[in-house]
Amino acid sequence: MDSRLLTSAVTLRVNGTVHRLTLDNRSTLLDTLREDLDLTGAKKGCDHGQCGSCTVLVDGRRVNCCLLLTVACDGSEITTVEGLSDGWSLHPVQEAFLARDAFQCGYCTPGQVCSAVGALREMAEGRPSAVTVGTEPPSGAAEIRERMSGNLCRCAAYPNIVRAVGDAAERAAEWWERTP
Amino acid sequence: MDILRTPTDLAQRGHGGVGESASRPDGVLKVTGEFAYASDLWARDMLWGHTLRSPHAHAEIVSVDTTEALSVPGVHAVLTHADLPAATHYGLEIPDQPVLAGDVVRYHGEPVALVAADHPETARRAAARIRVEYAELPLVTDESTATAPGAPVLHPNRSDHYADRVPHPNVVHHQPVRRGDLAAAKARAEVVVTGEYELGMQDQAPLGPESGLAVPAEDGGVDLYVATQWLHVDREQLAPVLGLPRELVRLTLSGVGGAFGAREDLSMQAHACLLALRTGRPVKMVYSRDESFVGHVHRHPARLRYEHGATRDGRLVYVRGRIVLDGGAYASSSPAVVGNAASLGLGPYVCDTVDIEALALYTNNPPCGAMRGFGAVQACFAYESQMDRLAAELGMDPVSLRQLNAMSQGATMPTGQPVDAPAPVAELLRLVRDRPLPPPRQWETAVGTGTGFDLRALPGGLSNTTRGEGVVRGVGYAVGIKNVGFSEGYDDYSTARVRLEVVNGEPVVLVHTAMAEVGQGGVTVQAQIARTELGVAKVVLHPADTRVGSAGSTSASRQTYMTGGAVRNTCLLVREEVLRLGRERLGDTHPGWRGDGLWLRDGAVVTAGGEVLADLAQVLGDDVIDLEREFRHRPTEPLDPENGQGFGHVQYSFCAHRAVVEVDAELGLVKVVELAAAQDVGRAMNPQAVVGQIHGGSVQGLGLAVMEEIVVADGARVRNPSFTDYLIPTILDTPTMPVDVLELADEHAPYGLRGIGEAPTLSSTPAVVAAIRAATGLALRRVPVRPEHLTGT
Repeated sequence: MDSRLLTSAVTLRVNGTVHRLTLDNRSTLLDTLREDLDLTGAKKGCDHGQCGSCTVLVDGRRVNCCLLLTVACDGSEITTVEGLSDGWSLHPVQEAFLARDAFQCGYCTPGQVCSAVGALREMAEGRPSAVTVGTEPPSGAAEIRERMSGNLCRCAAYPNIVRAVGDAAERAAEWWERTP
Repeated sequence: MDILRTPTDLAQRGHGGVGESASRPDGVLKVTGEFAYASDLWARDMLWGHTLRSPHAHAEIVSVDTTEALSVPGVHAVLTHADLPAATHYGLEIPDQPVLAGDVVRYHGEPVALVAADHPETARRAAARIRVEYAELPLVTDESTATAPGAPVLHPNRSDHYADRVPHPNVVHHQPVRRGDLAAAKARAEVVVTGEYELGMQDQAPLGPESGLAVPAEDGGVDLYVATQWLHVDREQLAPVLGLPRELVRLTLSGVGGAFGAREDLSMQAHACLLALRTGRPVKMVYSRDESFVGHVHRHPARLRYEHGATRDGRLVYVRGRIVLDGGAYASSSPAVVGNAASLGLGPYVCDTVDIEALALYTNNPPCGAMRGFGAVQACFAYESQMDRLAAELGMDPVSLRQLNAMSQGATMPTGQPVDAPAPVAELLRLVRDRPLPPPRQWETAVGTGTGFDLRALPGGLSNTTRGEGVVRGVGYAVGIKNVGFSEGYDDYSTARVRLEVVNGEPVVLVHTAMAEVGQGGVTVQAQIARTELGVAKVVLHPADTRVGSAGSTSASRQTYMTGGAVRNTCLLVREEVLRLGRERLGDTHPGWRGDGLWLRDGAVVTAGGEVLADLAQVLGDDVIDLEREFRHRPTEPLDPENGQGFGHVQYSFCAHRAVVEVDAELGLVKVVELAAAQDVGRAMNPQAVVGQIHGGSVQGLGLAVMEEIVVADGARVRNPSFTDYLIPTILDTPTMPVDVLELADEHAPYGLRGIGEAPTLSSTPAVVAAIRAATGLALRRVPVRPEHLTGT
């Protein structure tokens, strides 16, 4: 078979850098990030969208990037855990995970952190979750637990993750105002 | 050779000493995604290894044909049993496990052949083209099939240490623990309760799959970067298999994505090294999630029968127990699991007459070995279930019955070993019992929902279609006992190298050990100890590797005790050397140098009264102090093979739980509302990390109670190797977990500390099940408790 039929040219903007790649159509975004772009922060915990360790932000929304074909991301803006810091200081979510000791082995942490950044943005935008009650902006531990429930942590640092995400909520809002 | 993302030094300046909640030296790397896990390794020209595994649990290998696989473009090597260069078997204690199966496969998923190729998918596809012809054999799956007349003997011609004292060749190890006059005690007992219990097969399920990179070296050796729990015992097993002297097999710890026992045995280590040595190229292997579920050992499933005799007023008169553990196809750490189950099978109680026997079977089920709390977890579910049954039989409060029989310092174990350190069992129970209970039926008292009803708080959350009419609450208690460190006469030690020098005017301590950091925070504690003992702000942690002496295993709750002890002792020797040099060089400058009790603080030598004599730059100049020393805990002795008597354990660790559950019995839904824990830690070396360990162990016990089980069926095959089908607790399943920490020093241990990692995993499971029993009135003899056990459907 003509190998051109198996590949596609894709343009991705990852953590602010534009990459023009020619890829096997079957490549997942996770493999592209890890194997082609040398960004190994996102982890392959299951490769089936079950554990959340591969969570990154695509156009500002959380995705399990092991389930996403890279060709479907052509033209997208992708933020991985490596791109959350502004180059000078850690993202408030990263700071909060450190302060609250919200991890042990840390393998799920890049996914947890990206997921928390996405979740806090969804809450700040007033987007309801499955458990949002009433019309007030979603907040509180029940919302955090629901929104973080796609990210497994086998060390079970969950109580500290809930606290870290709660701590980060206010500071994250300020952060978005000063970062594009 | 270009190799990327190998571990680097972890440097930290001034972040707290012993007893403070110092931050993790690897913390920033972990939250920024820069921490290099074993699955992230990369080398120029590296190949990818893949393992072909058996689809059968017991079969003869009739033939293997690798021709077609070798012809796949991109394939560089295919290896089978026939290609093994030296020793063909390995094992932690008994070398009964083939590196690649020879004539026979003994479990579903056993490695049969290896492929190295230039792409992981090429390797996988080539492996599928290896033609293996199997002839299936009869299965041994439980005690009755293992010991039936004419049962297939899975390991004929055994020559191991246990072979001549087991009742059947399909029994790996058998340990009775007998004390007291059973006949007399039976005559005295006024109340007797008996029960049979069963635990399913739990998996450690670390999120980081088995991974590593083997790099062939010019000297004919190999460098292996790997996620493991014990570098040196990996090397002990690898060198004979590779046919290399030990010094040519060099291991470096790569980032470990959780362990919980799953990395005690070899997985991909020998395979990657063999492929690398065969091809002359670096070889990386990373297991997929489904492969990980068959590629490491599991927690032993168990069947337990107990009989408790007591007086009317609730004092234990005798306890009999029989604990049958399924070890699966290979021995792994089964002997130690048996020893723990037998010696700790009474629980943290006092009873003069005990007759407990534990044994592990060889079967064709997946091999079982280490998982957090091994042996003690299985026993605790049964003896704590029995204590509740006894309390019910006597009409006593279950906590009061436990407190009445609780051991304390000075008690005697069923092994005859005196308990010569604090054992605050009754106090731990009091702490969890005296906590206020969380308010019931919180869905009815929801605030701010506008409806006065909060579905989120119901068992099952939003998927509960009722308004809580059928929900009942229950409260349950349990307490457990775990040994710390390697037991039964094992020469258990750790090694630390500590180097002190002054760099650009600043004193710097380098700590180098082979301790596997698997998430427990051992590197944090090492840095804390160095700061405390040497009074230096800047500490650099060298990557763990085999260039320094063994640290022993990151298991048995032992590393803070053992490697912490090694770092402390070596630091103290470095300090002595600093003081010797100071006296020699500066002794005439101040009378304080002649005094006792000099120590190091803020980069200076100070007197006992705190007066500064000299800073370290003055004392050391350009000299470097670099010492490496071993540390041992006090010796233990083997348990007697007939009666289990002996000073078998180094230290004991205790934790108690209270679980509060709400159960929708009609829908079979359980919500653990709160799981309170109390644990004696001797000394909280890092209070924040201590609480994290207690949370983590408690949740893994909760998982065993209500959801976690490897399903082995359809010819002893693993049927649920995924996170869709093997459920582990999520953030939604995790209740609030208040923790009480006691710090009663153990005078035998460094800083008085007690190993903490495993004890919370023991009592969490029976506490949750006791709470479900209290809510439903059901007997619930088996974990995990499934919805159908509650609904009777």
